[in-house]
Amino acid sequence: MTVTMFSVASIAVLVAMALSMIRALVGPTVFDRILAVNVTGTLTVVLIAVYGFLDGRPDFLDIGLLYALINFIGTIAVSKYVKFRDLGHPMDGPDEGDV
Amino acid sequence: MPDILNTMIGPLVLADWLSWFCIVTGSFFAIVGALGIVRLPDVFSRMHGAGIIDTLGIMMILTGLMFQADEAIVVIKLALILLFIFFTSPTTTFALARAAIHGGVTPGPTAEEMAESQKAKASAKDNKNKEAASSNT
Repeated sequence: MTVTMFSVASIAVLVAMALSMIRALVGPTVFDRILAVNVTGTLTVVLIAVYGFLDGRPDFLDIGLLYALINFIGTIAVSKYVKFRDLGHPMDGPDEGDV
Repeated sequence: MPDILNTMIGPLVLADWLSWFCIVTGSFFAIVGALGIVRLPDVFSRMHGAGIIDTLGIMMILTGLMFQADEAIVVIKLALILLFIFFTSPTTTFALARAAIHGGVTPGPTAEEMAESQKAKASAKDNKNKEAASSNT
């Protein structure tokens, strides 16, 4: 019974990942792609957690937590790079220089 | 697991019922949010779909998993993931929205879309007038 439960969750997550990958592929702007990749990464965290339960090894949650951290840093870094064309030195301006 | 979650209700224990409810709701909202990302018209409205996935979708699924955990540490790890996503999801959306505005994307329909919709409205009005005229004669 629990296996069915985890299968339902993983199939739904996989469908959602496929849909957001469509958006990542068709664009049209670079921000759409960043958003879609970020959502795919967040769904991957859940997929890792659900797979851990499906396999009876909840230790996978550590990997999921790590993946969530890296996903966040990555999205912020790419957003900043697209905005400033640089990761280290923000351009001059009144409201720039932070995220 | 607390004793109350082990009480049998029908064919399943209470924890399983709660798990099923959370996981089905979470799966539903994950798919709805993904559909929103595909179907909505611009970046800013697509962020709404991402928000649905991050809050209701993922949080419900992870809460559902919590009811299936055998040890306390598993619940703590799931709660940490939840807490982290709870804080990072709005931050990411904020950074991305700022980058998008800085990058020249404007919220709302573009000038061409506005002109198109006005044209469609005008033609619909013309058709209505014609129908009214023909029904009068």
